[in-house]
Amino acid sequence: MKTLYLIVPLAPLIGAIIAGLFGRIIGRAGAHWVTTLGVAVSFVVSLVILRDVMAGNTFNGNIYTWLESGDLKLAIGLLVDPLTAVMMVVVTFVSLMVHIYTIGYMAHDEDNWPAGSRAGANSYQRFFSYISLFTFSMLMLVMSNNFLQLFFAWEAVGLVSYLLIGFWSNRETAIHANLKAFLVNRVGDFGFLLGIGLIAAYAGSLDYATVFAKAQELAGMTEAATGWPLVTAICILLFIGAMGKSAQFPLHVWLPDSMEGPTPISALIHAATMVTAGIFMVSRMSPLFELSDTALSLVIVVGAITTLFMALIAIVQTDIKRVVAYSTLSQLGYMTMALGASAYSVAIFHLMTHAFFKAVLFLGAGSVIIALHHQQDMRRMGGLRKYLPITYATVLIGAIANAGLPPFAGFFSKDSIIMAVQAAQVPGATFAYLCALAAVFVGGLYSFRLVFFAFHGKERFRETGHGHHDDHGGHEPHESPRVVTVPLILLSIPAIGSGWLIGSFLFGDFFAGAIHVDPAHPAMAQLQAIYTGVFGMIAHGFVTLPFWLALAGAATAWFLYIKRPDLPAVIRRKMALPVRILENKYGLDQFNEWFFAGGARLVGRGLWQGGDQAVIDGVAVNGSARLVGWFAGVVRLIQSGHIYQYAFSMIIGLFVLLALWMNRA
Amino acid sequence: MSSYLLSLAIWVPILGALAVFAVGNAHRLARWMALCVAILGFLVTLPLYLNFDVAEAGMQFVERRSWVPRFNIEYFLGVDGISVLFILLNSFITVLVVIAGWEVIKEKVAQYMGAFLIMSGLMNGIFSSLDAMLFYVFFEASLIPMYIIIGAWGGPNRVYAAFKFFLYTLLGSLLMLVALIWLFLSSGGSFNLLEWHQLRIEMTPQILLFLAFLAAFAVKVPMWPVHTWLPDAHVEAPTGGSVVLAAIMLKLGAYGFLRFSLPIAPDASQYLAPMMIALSLIAVIYIGFVALVQLDMKKLIAYSSISHMGFVTLGFFIFNQIGVEGALVQMISHGFISAAMFLCVGVMYDRVHSRQIADYGGVVHVMPRFAGFMVLFAMANAGLPATSGFVGEFMVILGAVKYNFWIGLLAATTLILGAAYTLWMIKRVMFGPLGNRHVAAMTDINGREFLFLATLALCVLAMGVYPFPFTEVMHASVDNLLKHVAVSKL
Repeated sequence: MKTLYLIVPLAPLIGAIIAGLFGRIIGRAGAHWVTTLGVAVSFVVSLVILRDVMAGNTFNGNIYTWLESGDLKLAIGLLVDPLTAVMMVVVTFVSLMVHIYTIGYMAHDEDNWPAGSRAGANSYQRFFSYISLFTFSMLMLVMSNNFLQLFFAWEAVGLVSYLLIGFWSNRETAIHANLKAFLVNRVGDFGFLLGIGLIAAYAGSLDYATVFAKAQELAGMTEAATGWPLVTAICILLFIGAMGKSAQFPLHVWLPDSMEGPTPISALIHAATMVTAGIFMVSRMSPLFELSDTALSLVIVVGAITTLFMALIAIVQTDIKRVVAYSTLSQLGYMTMALGASAYSVAIFHLMTHAFFKAVLFLGAGSVIIALHHQQDMRRMGGLRKYLPITYATVLIGAIANAGLPPFAGFFSKDSIIMAVQAAQVPGATFAYLCALAAVFVGGLYSFRLVFFAFHGKERFRETGHGHHDDHGGHEPHESPRVVTVPLILLSIPAIGSGWLIGSFLFGDFFAGAIHVDPAHPAMAQLQAIYTGVFGMIAHGFVTLPFWLALAGAATAWFLYIKRPDLPAVIRRKMALPVRILENKYGLDQFNEWFFAGGARLVGRGLWQGGDQAVIDGVAVNGSARLVGWFAGVVRLIQSGHIYQYAFSMIIGLFVLLALWMNRA
Repeated sequence: MSSYLLSLAIWVPILGALAVFAVGNAHRLARWMALCVAILGFLVTLPLYLNFDVAEAGMQFVERRSWVPRFNIEYFLGVDGISVLFILLNSFITVLVVIAGWEVIKEKVAQYMGAFLIMSGLMNGIFSSLDAMLFYVFFEASLIPMYIIIGAWGGPNRVYAAFKFFLYTLLGSLLMLVALIWLFLSSGGSFNLLEWHQLRIEMTPQILLFLAFLAAFAVKVPMWPVHTWLPDAHVEAPTGGSVVLAAIMLKLGAYGFLRFSLPIAPDASQYLAPMMIALSLIAVIYIGFVALVQLDMKKLIAYSSISHMGFVTLGFFIFNQIGVEGALVQMISHGFISAAMFLCVGVMYDRVHSRQIADYGGVVHVMPRFAGFMVLFAMANAGLPATSGFVGEFMVILGAVKYNFWIGLLAATTLILGAAYTLWMIKRVMFGPLGNRHVAAMTDINGREFLFLATLALCVLAMGVYPFPFTEVMHASVDNLLKHVAVSKL
């Protein structure tokens, strides 16, 4: 069985290595076949493993000892339990769809590179290598049985994300975005690593099972140097890591910019899988988080802020990918809120449904972008449903699911989150509940705004004007090839239907053993108490507030973008200040650029020119330098002109003298 | 147990170098001879690792002969788990340096190659000397070839840099000589290091001894604030010189702490640990910021080296096993990564003849294979997991958090700073549109360059994925050292 587990991450890794190192030899077709096949194998085996896990066979074992130092033994190992198995299936399925989709999306990638660029010559193969490498890293992340490997994979997915955001490395915006993404994530990792450090120091192990077994013991301790309650400190530090990777306020700033990368990776990495790593991690750590209400409270508040305030930005965005990006932020906020409410399984459930419907939305947006020759501005779209019927249908499915309308997948998971947050009792839960409700309305609005703005109304793509690729303005857009539409259709199926798994997902004992909920946190128990089956939930959904709020949001979008398309401009004018605040994303980017990036350079220059050059070299070394000057004057008298000659005579002389001295003795 | 392995490690390169000098102006022959000597020099060190007894905490492969009987100076060699890896690293890097200088050095080839071989032998001597005078001779002698390398094959400002380097390090080691003589006298006339380790010394002399050693070793590491010679030396040194300087010479100071300061003056080490930790953290953070704003790639990597060496001294003075072993791992890893980074800059310098970041841009479009290597090494420099750069930093941070959370927190800022200065440079040099016509004319790496970059890439990855074999040899000796330091000698 262990071999089978190993196949899952190794198959994509092998594909990545072949496509990456031998891309030139195997050619484009070779590259996409070898990587897609690797991921397909991985997907099939994941399904087999899921079945096996559902039959009760879990696994936890080490593969090799990475390092030993003192009492600390660090290993690379695998943990396969229900939580892992679900993540494996989601990751490999979305990854497989994205691999297939990429064959179509990147088919003409050479156009994106400057003429003669040798990096552009095999960019197609390189792209496949990267996404397979990502799949490997993500699988190692979810299959890890210890904190070390988790951090390993955590950084590895960050690396691939860096490489892929900056994939079109000739674009200044792309290489700025990838640097920003890496550094903001490093801020999160800074906290994450310190959390791991505390665990290693106080639990004496980084193995999940060992640490969790000691959780109660740790709960009674305080951190020696700081005096903080230990588990709270650990959880908050770990959560800072999650905030970086899962783009929670205020570490979310890298995610919208990551849209500079090619769309397939926006779907795979920056929507469906990598950004959910933080959610997965906190769920995995539930035995620790359950012991700290302070940490849970922070989690729920951060999630709430992210949910509402990122959704608001989505309303004013005109770039189709950025709308979806801000929507992703908002949805990640929902998942985080669920974690704070101790409804870990609900968070994972939403993670899964979101992976499907957000992948649909991103890949659908990508389909539009290629149809319009890299036009991403929705002001230059409109009326596309006639030309792109399949894309339209799938995007509509994604939008309905994203808005959380029944009976699509998003409804079940999002509604469960809202109920869980309502039932939660940690400080900040009420605030979170209000944010969640408001965000439901906003979610309905931006989801349908996207659909109506891009696919309905006047056909604006023929107009010339600003935006790049104006020369393509006159072409009729046409539906994307089948390698693009088939993954869209295949992803729409779970985007509609995966919510129906709610019963077995949340209310059985599926996650027992993987996720631990303390009896003091009532959300899950209350959810279970009112759950009356799928149809009961749908029926109940129609009479609750979230449904009507989402519907109201959708109706508002319809009114503004179909009924009265002249109104948005009026509103923009009338509400100039709030619109500007939203368009500037609350000014966070400017602040970070000014304070952190500018500040760091200022400090660096100050220390370099003030500290190193003026004080150390100028004052301290200057005295010696004058001495050197005098010394050099003396030396000049006996200089032969060949430094090496006389310096070699120095060493030889040294040994001769020593030898003479020795003989004297 | 008698063994000649350490003598071979020292004298094969030195005698080989004399043979290389003898060929004079036959450049081709000199190169091939130097390569053979370097490879032979590396091969003779392999048994040191392969036959190393990991359970033994004491010295192995010991050689002991009388040298200057009058002063009881001995030719006394041996290695333990702390020093053995550096001998291998040194001999390995020497092979790469010979390959790296192959076509680049066109004049005085024999002298160039010979100087590196001599240096390699001398440094093996430093890492294996158990007699303090023998150590001192090697320690000082190693300055000379480096001085010559910078002075003869360096950049336009080479004479200034060579002098700064020479005097800075020489002044530091004079104080060490005083300390050695004091120890000689108070030990009743012995230069035997192992005997010195057992010597009982009062607190005040311990502190003075510690400071005297600090003066010598801090300059070598280099620690803040005696670090300013390093960027200048690197900028002026030829690529090979920078590689040896960063990969091996910086390790001498750190090694000195473990061989002299900690075991001879354990009470003073404990007493002054807060100061050492503070200096280390300043190196990590202050220098991290300074590295961020550098305009010259070599200077940036030089500052990055200082920052990384801050982790080494930090790891030593938190006195726990994971910290000290992490520091040793960091030293080995930095040997690979800094060598690789300087070689990468060398590859670009050979084509464009500039080290200024502003003179590049979009190198990936003309040198995609090279870009792959450079990004890998940059990531290793930023401490990315699965590269060797992560292992040492991770261990030291774990050790620091265990020692005191706040120290761990300050040390962990390197996660952000290291990534910022390294990747910002990468962004400006490797990515973006083509910088200018000089960049457009660059050609991708040739087979020789591929060979040394790929070798280092394998080392960096192997050590990152499986560091166990590296740390395994250290355990017994580090454990022994920490137990020794924990016992007062007052």
